[in-house]
Amino acid sequence: MKPPFPARSAADAAAGAVARAAEQIDRPSPSLLARLPSSRIAMAGLCLILFWVLVALLAPVLPLPSPTAQDYLAMGHPGPSAAHLLGVDTLGRDTLARIVWGARIVLLVAPVSVVAAYAVGCAMGLLAGYCGGWVDLLISRLADIILAFPVVVLYVILIASVGASALNIVVAVILSSAPAISRIVRGITLGIVRKDFVAAAHLRRESALHIMLIEILPNCRGPLITDFCLRLGYTTIMIGTLGFLGLGIPPPAPDWGGMVQEATPMLIVFPLMALFPALALISLVLGFNLLADGLNELAQKD
Amino acid sequence: MALLEIEDLRVEYRTLRGAVTALPGFSLTIGEGESVGLVGESGCGKTTLLMAMLRHLGPAGVITGGAIRFEGRDLAHASEADLAKVRGSRIAIVYQEPASALNPTMTIGAQLAEVPMQHQRLPRAAALARAAEVLADVHMPDPRAALSRYPHQLSGGQKQRVVIAMALLANPALLLLDEPTTGLDVTVEAAVIDLIGELRAKYRTALLYISHNLGLIARVADRVGVMYAGELVEEATAVEIFAAPRHPYTRGLLAAIPRPGASKETAALLPIPGTVPSLAHRPPGCGFAPRCAHFSPGLCDAGPVAMAGTEGHRVRCLRWAEVTAAPAPPSFHRAAPPTAALLESRDLCKIYRLPAGALKANDGLDFAALKGEVLAIVGESGSGKSTFARILTGLETATSGSLRFAGAEIANRTVHRRSAGEVAAIQMVFQNPDGTLNPSHAVGWALGRAVRKLGGLRDRAKIAARVEELLALVRLPASARHSRPRQLSGGQKQRIAIARAFAGQPEILVADEPVSALDVSVQAAVVNLLLAIQAERGSTMVLISHDLGLVRYLADHVVVMYLGRVMEAGPSAAIFAPPYHPYTEALLSAAPLPDPTHKPRRIRLEGEIPSPLNPPAGCRFASRCPRKLGTVCELTPPPLRETADGHLIFCHIPLERLRAVTPVFAPEMVEP
Repeated sequence: MKPPFPARSAADAAAGAVARAAEQIDRPSPSLLARLPSSRIAMAGLCLILFWVLVALLAPVLPLPSPTAQDYLAMGHPGPSAAHLLGVDTLGRDTLARIVWGARIVLLVAPVSVVAAYAVGCAMGLLAGYCGGWVDLLISRLADIILAFPVVVLYVILIASVGASALNIVVAVILSSAPAISRIVRGITLGIVRKDFVAAAHLRRESALHIMLIEILPNCRGPLITDFCLRLGYTTIMIGTLGFLGLGIPPPAPDWGGMVQEATPMLIVFPLMALFPALALISLVLGFNLLADGLNELAQKD
Repeated sequence: MALLEIEDLRVEYRTLRGAVTALPGFSLTIGEGESVGLVGESGCGKTTLLMAMLRHLGPAGVITGGAIRFEGRDLAHASEADLAKVRGSRIAIVYQEPASALNPTMTIGAQLAEVPMQHQRLPRAAALARAAEVLADVHMPDPRAALSRYPHQLSGGQKQRVVIAMALLANPALLLLDEPTTGLDVTVEAAVIDLIGELRAKYRTALLYISHNLGLIARVADRVGVMYAGELVEEATAVEIFAAPRHPYTRGLLAAIPRPGASKETAALLPIPGTVPSLAHRPPGCGFAPRCAHFSPGLCDAGPVAMAGTEGHRVRCLRWAEVTAAPAPPSFHRAAPPTAALLESRDLCKIYRLPAGALKANDGLDFAALKGEVLAIVGESGSGKSTFARILTGLETATSGSLRFAGAEIANRTVHRRSAGEVAAIQMVFQNPDGTLNPSHAVGWALGRAVRKLGGLRDRAKIAARVEELLALVRLPASARHSRPRQLSGGQKQRIAIARAFAGQPEILVADEPVSALDVSVQAAVVNLLLAIQAERGSTMVLISHDLGLVRYLADHVVVMYLGRVMEAGPSAAIFAPPYHPYTEALLSAAPLPDPTHKPRRIRLEGEIPSPLNPPAGCRFASRCPRKLGTVCELTPPPLRETADGHLIFCHIPLERLRAVTPVFAPEMVEP
């Protein structure tokens, strides 16, 4: 074993100092998710989201009538009653049951479409930032063109032309969200591509795919986690808006936006009929936004 | 007569996690017109001290005790109105980053005129006239025209001149300089230092230099204070401190950098173990105790240590009288027998085609590196050193010419067109420890990946074993493989980077300023490590650096580059002794050495490095050469002059005249 350093002459004296100042490596600071409980805002948001996830999961076992079963007797008095805790809609369907089953749809369609948008957006952003040149030009201008349309108009044009279905909502979310995500990812990528650790990866002859996915993408996660939560909120609102415009999940499936829309003609007479699904929508979006705020706050403290 | 008296100044930072003491009790006196230097590593409280003197500590910083007496006022307790009379007018500051000290949206004139308009209530026209005067004082070319320029139109050196001019406009009694030349090229640094000295003589301004660069402090300061963990641990005249340091920390700092003229054959560098304690975990008693070789339990950790020593040379150490300076550790370097050339560059050119024209980053590079030696490439920014490194490592290809590695042509092949063996054989250590490791991945992953790709191992257990070997190679515990880069210090990161480069069996290690971003005490450890591994493996090291002390210490051969061309090449000893190329002579004269008695002949380069888009037609250096012969230098490329020992100089001046100059270094400093 070779001596570690050429300090043999002063070795005796130095050895003590080396031992006392032994190689110190700081403890790992806990990850963002592990520190989540320290943010009240994030926890409040998480609780709201988990509440709705729980409700959606338990929908089949809750003692509720079918969301599509009509109670003709209740139609005359659609307000809350012992039989229908939150009342019924214009067709006599139980509002509570429809909200609970509607949560299943929102909590499936929103995350699936955002995840899909992320896959497309990250790919676009990584390619644009990593390749540069005409690839960047093409992708960035394409993104600019799509982002130039107001989001609602874009949705309406898309859904109105291809028809309303869960799949088409996913496609519409990808089309409208992916360019924004790609911009974020491209910006971060441009900064990271110049770092020495990327040069070191080139010097190991790593493939472009490895560099983009393994070296660059993980370093984007900070801003992306926050954006992901916010985007879940936007998308939830968007699904609600589409439902309200009659372009959401086709009836008779329970759709929160659709429920509000169906209740609007009766708004003056039976305001509660629109209020309950609207509250459901608001509370879920609030949950996503609070979580995003909390994560952002935690990230700032780093 | 004391101009500034800091007495037992205590500064705390109050954070959410509780208060930490940054300065536990700092005292310093600066006389009128005196130049005082404060040295210390990062985290020693130098910047806190400066900000406390200006009462600009931010919301968290609080002065909890002591006094800062300046011109009859106690700045520690002065009102905001009183402070406003002092800040910027009686005490001015020159910040580290000239680029961020200037407002990019305002012209130089507007920014400079603010000072007399604010402090002397001058009307705008008079203020601008005064600004032009001071710009002339700082040797700004065409000061009138400079007033209407924006910061981005100036070079780094010019920006620092403007910042100095701004600080001097109000004719302050005290000028604070926080790392005033960090990030500037060595020739520009020398010019800025000269300028400050000149202005000090003219305006009788007292100076407080703050720097981690011992060479700089040795050159500029009359009196030197050494800071450690927020305390002044030693204070004496500059000559005393460098000739007979008393505190173990000061001795450690000086032993950690190459002494002037030292080389790896003559002396080893001695790193200081450990790191500067964090503010929250200040050791009881002597702050340096955990890293001190002379630590005595029960004595050094008993309680706060008072300043002791003698009048004029005070030291905060209980054992200063009994502890003697350790002899310089002997070199462990064994010179390898001369070998064949491993790397040969012949007429290597790299031209970037830019919209503005062709940029010749490398223009006809001719040199060789022998197997197992250290070849240093020296030159200021823009000289093309890094471009050469990119071609050598295969990140880019050359435009023309040849670069042969072990007989194979590699100039026209990027990594993707090189064989696996060639890729593993040429690896690199980068300059910036913060960018060298991917923050998202653990150290073990980074090394494992390098072992897989460069070492060709596939088996998980074998990779894990090799990773542990690599960590042991760079003297890190095996548990370090679980660490993330953000948990590591700069020196540790740089050691991981070295381990990564040695994952295969590199025959050439390209080290681009491997220690310039590290603290002095850590530099020595990394230099020793590089040297030990390089010698053990018989690898060739291509060292890219502007630190001539380090180059003198490490290199066997040196290549001096300027604007993409080789000016001079040869064995290290020959480069550092006459005959010199005039450019090398200027570089050597500008290099700050940690020896205040060393007064090199002053050779200062005029003007700025010309644009590489439009280099001079003859000798590249002609436009700034202090020994220019005439138009022949501007029009005709210089001939090659060769001495018997393989020392090549490209210059129109005949060798005899190049040889007939006094050495920049005293002869005993060159010859071991």
